Amino acid sequence: MREKRSYCIMTFGKTTEAMAFEKMCTEEGIPGRIIPLPVVISAGCGLAWRMTEEEYGRYSDSIKGYEGVYTLEM
Amino acid sequence: MIYFDNAATTINKPKCVKEAVYNAIDTMGNPSRGAHEPSLKASRLVYETREKLAELFGIRDASRIAFAQNATDALNMAVNSVVNKGDHIITTECEHNSVLRPLYRSGAELTVIKSDACGKLCYDKEIFENAKAIFINHASNVTGNITDLKTISHIAHKNNMLLIADAAQTVGCIDIDVEDMGIDILCFTGHKGLMGPQGTGGIYVRKGIDMKPFRTGGSGIHSFDREHPSDMPEVLEAGTLNCHGIAGLNAALKFIKDMGIEEIYHREKALTDRFLNGIWEIKGIRLYGDNTADKKAPVVTLNIDGVPSDILCDRLWTEYGICTRAGAHCAPLMHKALGTDKSGAVRFSFSFFNTEEEIDKGINALREISEL
Repeated sequence: MREKRSYCIMTFGKTTEAMAFEKMCTEEGIPGRIIPLPVVISAGCGLAWRMTEEEYGRYSDSIKGYEGVYTLEM
Repeated sequence: MIYFDNAATTINKPKCVKEAVYNAIDTMGNPSRGAHEPSLKASRLVYETREKLAELFGIRDASRIAFAQNATDALNMAVNSVVNKGDHIITTECEHNSVLRPLYRSGAELTVIKSDACGKLCYDKEIFENAKAIFINHASNVTGNITDLKTISHIAHKNNMLLIADAAQTVGCIDIDVEDMGIDILCFTGHKGLMGPQGTGGIYVRKGIDMKPFRTGGSGIHSFDREHPSDMPEVLEAGTLNCHGIAGLNAALKFIKDMGIEEIYHREKALTDRFLNGIWEIKGIRLYGDNTADKKAPVVTLNIDGVPSDILCDRLWTEYGICTRAGAHCAPLMHKALGTDKSGAVRFSFSFFNTEEEIDKGINALREISEL
């Protein structure tokens, strides 16, 4: 069975925000990836950004442009 | 074949445009609809293309650009959002039916700015009073005359009006900066001067202007809301975008950036001037528009006395393999102002990929036809 880990999930209001966020992370070497919005989270955009809690802790000061951030076991 | 119908659509697209469309068909999923690689690839492409358009037009926020099928589609969106029945709207005799017909249908009270015998606009500042918006093209598709949008937007904004610009004939040929020119809404097509595929185009809407959905449906966001999203760009984008076409547009925008708009303009202007210089003295030739202007779109519209425009156009094609457009050019008020509403006129329109040799063959063809 797949082992669950704790992740930080960043949500967006619309697709353009998600794409801008991904571009920023790619350019600045910030880890993570786009995932389908987890069903337990409510947000406008069906795309979300996932990174580990540790990664979020390391980069939270340098990332911007997301709507909300949630912690989930996935 | 010599193709001089680039104001209708360009067919000599950069090779990269064709390759991009092919690759997109082969690899791209539905943008904004999934987190798997084919869908994300499409989403990234759409986003990147918005950014390239924003850079081209001096737009700070790329999300203020929505994709449309063409300039007509974009202009319909603008009329749908800006104009209510009974509103006082200003437009001009130079406009295309892509503007005129949506305005007629809207039930607005129209004031139409007249033009002179060369198709140049003649207006007093007073006519701008008590109007809600002006719909005006950046260049006439019949004459190629350029509109001084900066001056007109200055007057319009002094009167608290919006300026909606139809840039169908200038995008990709002539530099456009929406902030410098005071354009509130810019409507453009992708398949003419931008050299992208047909079925592409878009609309820029300045921040602070609320748009109404033109179509409603799937948006990839806010799926449980009964109403279509109200934010740009989704408010104007329902259903799957023409991602394959947008991929071609993206490649075309890169080509244009690499070439430089100024370089493209100077190339097309040089071809236009060469053509004008060659036909000026042909017996019986009638030229329309302000062909001595410093700046004009690469369009030359003409007739030859004694040769009906449809016959001239057909002979150019059948005897010389030259593609032009005859008749009325979907701009009925312009034709009336120029006195060509009965005769029509033949339009030559050039592109970056035309050559001096082709121009000379066009000149020679007109000379021979005029002499027979």
